[in-house]
Amino acid sequence: MIYREAGVFKTSYDADMALLPIPMDKYFVIAVTLFAVIVVPFISNEYWLGSILVPVLILSIAAIGLNILTGYAGQVSLGTGAFMAAGAYMGYKFVTAFPDVNIIFGILAGGVSSAMIGIVFGAPSLRIKGFYLAVTTLAAQFFLIWLFQKQPWFVNYSISGVPTAPPREIFGILVTGAEASATARYVFVVCFTIALAWIARNLVRGRVGRTWMAIRDMDIAAELIGIRPLQTKLSAFAISSFYCGVAGALWAFCYINTVEPSAFDINRSFQILFMVIVGGLGSILGSFLGAAFIFTLPIFLNNFFGVLGLDVSTATIRHIEFMVFGGLIVFFLIVEPHGLARLWALAKEKLRMWPFPY
Amino acid sequence: MTVTDQQSRIGEQILHAENITLGFGGVKALNDISFDIRKGEIRSIIGPNGAGKSSMLNVINGFYQPQEGTIHFKGVPYRPMRPYLAASNGIARTFQNIALFRGMSTLDNIMTGRVLKMKASLIEQAFYVLRGKKEELEHREHVEKVIDFLEIQAIRRTPVGRLPYGLQKRVELGRALAAEPDLLLLDEPMAGMNLEEKEDMSRFIVDVNEQFGTTIALIEHDMSVVMDLSDRVVVLDYGRKLADGTPDEVRGDQAVIDAYLGVTHE
Repeated sequence: MIYREAGVFKTSYDADMALLPIPMDKYFVIAVTLFAVIVVPFISNEYWLGSILVPVLILSIAAIGLNILTGYAGQVSLGTGAFMAAGAYMGYKFVTAFPDVNIIFGILAGGVSSAMIGIVFGAPSLRIKGFYLAVTTLAAQFFLIWLFQKQPWFVNYSISGVPTAPPREIFGILVTGAEASATARYVFVVCFTIALAWIARNLVRGRVGRTWMAIRDMDIAAELIGIRPLQTKLSAFAISSFYCGVAGALWAFCYINTVEPSAFDINRSFQILFMVIVGGLGSILGSFLGAAFIFTLPIFLNNFFGVLGLDVSTATIRHIEFMVFGGLIVFFLIVEPHGLARLWALAKEKLRMWPFPY
Repeated sequence: MTVTDQQSRIGEQILHAENITLGFGGVKALNDISFDIRKGEIRSIIGPNGAGKSSMLNVINGFYQPQEGTIHFKGVPYRPMRPYLAASNGIARTFQNIALFRGMSTLDNIMTGRVLKMKASLIEQAFYVLRGKKEELEHREHVEKVIDFLEIQAIRRTPVGRLPYGLQKRVELGRALAAEPDLLLLDEPMAGMNLEEKEDMSRFIVDVNEQFGTTIALIEHDMSVVMDLSDRVVVLDYGRKLADGTPDEVRGDQAVIDAYLGVTHE
């Protein structure tokens, strides 16, 4: 009874096919969105905005990207970090080459370059599937990181090899680089996140999303219906890499403030894969839940023992972290492959009836 | 149905297969098979297990490439053919073992059947504007007609993986129908069904044929169904064509009787 969908009568397909057809969902999402954009910057402090919310949101974008590829189109990828790096480096090249162009275009240029690289590395997916494809994307991971590290052109021949993110403004407010305030960076990132999440929802419920899922569920039947496997898989790779590229550019410009390869190594790829698995394969909401969960769990564990008054060494906490992570991933794979998003959906289903049994 | 009815319903040749030979290594799945399908008819392909029926359907929709022979569809020869080209030419099919998209709802499965008719660009879809929105609504309306026709309104939102077998078969038919095909290939639409489900499915097949004028090529093992539904029947055995004609002609054919009942070797 807390969560109601009874009494909602739709009289047109338009209403039925709205993004959020149930009023309660609609108001809830609008409220959360407004809260995130308007209220949060005022009530949070520098630490929460800059060190937790910004990275969680950026990783959510990357997780949405991987979810499109793995969760919706069914193509396993271990190259997320590399595609993020492509976004970061190409975004950096674009921003430094055209200093007067708005930073938004710089970030998007990173995404577009990454999408093109994604298409190149996605091409083998027509022939190879599953584990073998994962290994191919692993090649992207190692090759691209090597390329960005060894070719000084990508960092404008900077001597350290790790250039700092150039400061850029929107409406006269600094949003990137080390001097930008956490609030400005947060608002910049949250707007990107909301727009990209909305677009992702539209894509996955529309024609292209259905072709992705068709290829994932039964590729032979999909082809017999008239879906072209190569085009469909490449579009998934392109859009997925676009999201990862934007996330990588934002990571470099708005979070770590430098463009460096170590931020996008294989561990990043695995981290995002875990987010998608724990959050829920084939769910946009799950990407957010997974990113928040995986990113904040170590922070929570760090503080948890302190709050309890236990004196646990940092090394032990690191070990516990690994154990908890490993356990959680095995747990989710066995018990709930659809992740936190599925648990959320189940909770909603239960609340429809609660407190009555029927 | 009177004879004149049947004649007015059935038009000219829509598909013509000539001397189709398909082999896998040493095994000849199809050996020099020729037959045609006329517009508006229900054409059955029957034969014992391993006779090459499914291979024949797979050849028609481009999944297998025959080593020899040509197929003319709507007067145009095609070879080599890819499955998605067959689909865009107006050939839809269902499978012997259900091949639905298990993670998607009934509605989405049937919507996927209309994928070739949707032309909106990625940008329009991404922002759900212009054609992106218009197409979704238009095609939803058509899909709802298919859902009404097959009487599966109640399972619209259910992921098809959770549906019972009989309903899955019906959803699969719906997905093929949504494409508004000129030629509908049904691979054992009634396999594993009880009598009541078979009657329902037969009714849908006849209705599809009569209401939409869809040409249907059908593989089925239940002889009473085949003999009742079909306008013409082609019989295959060990990759060869045994007989071809109306149900009555086929029923009386000695070669067919031998193939089904066995024959004493002297």
